[in-house]
Amino acid sequence: MKNKAGREFPIHIDGLKSYRPYAGLFIEPSTPVRMAGKLLCVGKPGSNKILNSLTEAIEATCLHDGMTISFHHHFRNGDYIIQLVMTAIAAKGIQDITIATSSLNDCHDFLIDYIENGTVTALETSGLRGKLGAYLTKNPSKLKRPVIIRSHGGRARAIEAGDLKIDVAFMGVPTCDRFGNATGQIGKSACGALGYAMLDSRFAEQVVLVTDNLIDGYVFPYSIPQTDVNYIVPVEAIGDPAGIASGILRITKNPIQLILAEVAAKAIEHSGYFKNGYSLQLGGGGASLAVGRFIREKMLKQQIKGGFGVGGMTGVFAKMLEEGLFEICYDTQTFDTTAIQSLRENPRHVEMSASFYANPWSPGPIINALDIGILGATEVDLDFNVNVITNSNGLLMGASGGHSDIAAAAKLSIIVMPLIRGRLPMVRDRVQNIVTPGESIDVVVTDRGIAINPRRDDLIENLRNRGLNIMTIEELQGLAHKLIGKPQEIPLSQEEKDIVAVIEYRDGTLLDIIRKPL
Amino acid sequence: MMFVPGNSPKMINNAEIYGADTLMFDVEDSIAISQKDAARMMVKYALKYLPFNCETAVRVNHVTQTPFGMDDLKAILPSKPDLIRLPKTESVDEVRLVTNLIEKVETKEGFPEGSINIICAIESVRGLYEARAIAKEKRVVAIALGGEDFIADLRTQRTAHGIELYYARSQILMAARDANIQAMDTVFADVYNLEGFRKEVTDSKDMGFDGKSVIHPLQIGIVHEIYTPTEQQITHSVKVLASYKDAIANNRGVITVDGKMIDGPIVVRAERIVAQAKAAGVWIQEEFNHEE
Repeated sequence: MKNKAGREFPIHIDGLKSYRPYAGLFIEPSTPVRMAGKLLCVGKPGSNKILNSLTEAIEATCLHDGMTISFHHHFRNGDYIIQLVMTAIAAKGIQDITIATSSLNDCHDFLIDYIENGTVTALETSGLRGKLGAYLTKNPSKLKRPVIIRSHGGRARAIEAGDLKIDVAFMGVPTCDRFGNATGQIGKSACGALGYAMLDSRFAEQVVLVTDNLIDGYVFPYSIPQTDVNYIVPVEAIGDPAGIASGILRITKNPIQLILAEVAAKAIEHSGYFKNGYSLQLGGGGASLAVGRFIREKMLKQQIKGGFGVGGMTGVFAKMLEEGLFEICYDTQTFDTTAIQSLRENPRHVEMSASFYANPWSPGPIINALDIGILGATEVDLDFNVNVITNSNGLLMGASGGHSDIAAAAKLSIIVMPLIRGRLPMVRDRVQNIVTPGESIDVVVTDRGIAINPRRDDLIENLRNRGLNIMTIEELQGLAHKLIGKPQEIPLSQEEKDIVAVIEYRDGTLLDIIRKPL
Repeated sequence: MMFVPGNSPKMINNAEIYGADTLMFDVEDSIAISQKDAARMMVKYALKYLPFNCETAVRVNHVTQTPFGMDDLKAILPSKPDLIRLPKTESVDEVRLVTNLIEKVETKEGFPEGSINIICAIESVRGLYEARAIAKEKRVVAIALGGEDFIADLRTQRTAHGIELYYARSQILMAARDANIQAMDTVFADVYNLEGFRKEVTDSKDMGFDGKSVIHPLQIGIVHEIYTPTEQQITHSVKVLASYKDAIANNRGVITVDGKMIDGPIVVRAERIVAQAKAAGVWIQEEFNHEE
């Protein structure tokens, strides 16, 4: 079977649903799909949701072999929840668990042990990094089926459509009351928005909140309402505050990133979209933040006032919101303490769920109104396809995140990346793996020139004679090859047992397969 | 003019993307003695095989005071850098030694005569006293102040107000102008102090320097910003040149622009501003261009 992005794979992959091939950006489902939901249950007056331990929660939810549990990634690299829960599950001798989490970080390398002893047998996530990513790439048969990689919007869709059925959601929350109303805005482990947790709480069969700040009073405003919550487990610590959120993310001093940002900002300025009321997605990466700085200067100088900002929020964006450069910003996850404070104090800094953000099967995720999105890439190819999940050795080391969601929806999606990393050219003939199809990418900005997708004649016209070094993507690749040569392709195993992961497009079709490097 | 350590492939490879007018590959003070030969070879091959689009220069080791300088030149000259920077220049003889070698290499390699020129760094009091003569040497197209060594020689230190280098800067500038060559100001070592850097570049430009040596890409934008004439200056200069051209064409003697009389020095200054604007990539409508 070959999909529209030119990738080939078997029609049936053991352990997975029968996939439709990726067929384009906004394709209707083949059969009508109704929103999924959880079983209703009777709440008894006076019942107490608070349990003494996670072991009690496992017993109360009747968690057993073969079930699917979920987590969110709002605690980023400071997360303790998965470790706490898995320790309790393993102690009960429960096996064959599927972990469906919104993402994984380096701090989750310990999962290797639980995969080795059979506690965990399947993974669904936006990203995989560190030792765990390398381990699974090299040992795909350790899991009973390939890892499913979904974008943030794709995961929201999968949950709402019932593709991803969560038996028990273990949601770490920085503060909650005894009824189960929870927020990420306050508490010693404050993480800001809980946009990914909102959806798991609403759709999982049972929801267990885990908190290190159970308060006597009432939590309001809340991100997770008590009506979604079955149990609450107080613990000593849900995460390491230093790993959850840094102080304000600083604008980079890396000169290459600054050049990338300056060029990207210039491209935005002349794109035709940079005008009053425009909307922007920035992200939390070094170059993205720096783009924010240059855009801010241009907005101030040209007296341009934006409409909304969207995505993961940073202090850089919060500051622009406070200055009145944007009317409102919609936040799914909050990256630094300055932005967390903004979410708490600025009424125009609004929390949203992953579905509100990017679910393609909804009448209107906010990104459908987005003008400009700035995105990173590990590599792009001559068809403008983007890889953000595997590195140059073919190892899992990244995350799909909101990449393909933003690219599909934004009127102008800009990739910002250096042309050369180490001794490797970042424009390939074909990317190792596709996370975002080239038909949703408009501009690739590198430190040595920019390439515009040929289907965007209008952009080519707007950006010509603006002091931007415009080249074709082939010319950019040629320049890189001239400087550092062309690397060899990585040989991959073609055996079905060596399929490491499948990359779902946001609509649940099959976009690509990650195979084990030989 | 950006210094790039000659032993770092990564820095050499990326050096051009920051927009410096000249890349100065260093095999002298930024290179440890044990790395001298490695840097020399790296720079030789980088110049030979990498397609640099900007001006290239190499700062070699001192040709008589170190055992490395002449070997540097013998290895690197055949790769045809645009400029050789001589450090700690103190006498005309040193320059002539290098000029002779350049001439030999140019002939041997079949380079057009004058392909490789020299920039002399003045880094000592003795050098400063010889600056006038050095600046007039054949192939010397610029002299530069090497501030750090000069200050050591003076037995003082860098200050925010810069009084310690005022005399040296003035003398070097005079010597350059006397010889009708360029004068380059010294580096500013406090890389992340961009405001301090901005002040120093503004001051040295106001003194009359033609450019600034930089040691970090972050500094380049500021130099360009300060050395690029303002829109107001450009508009005024273009107007001056247009009126002047018009006056010559119509045999008119006295001309005025915006109520002010225009004479020779004002026209020369306007020409310089337009030339600087063009060099900085600012677009100027050709019809106002005085050059015909």
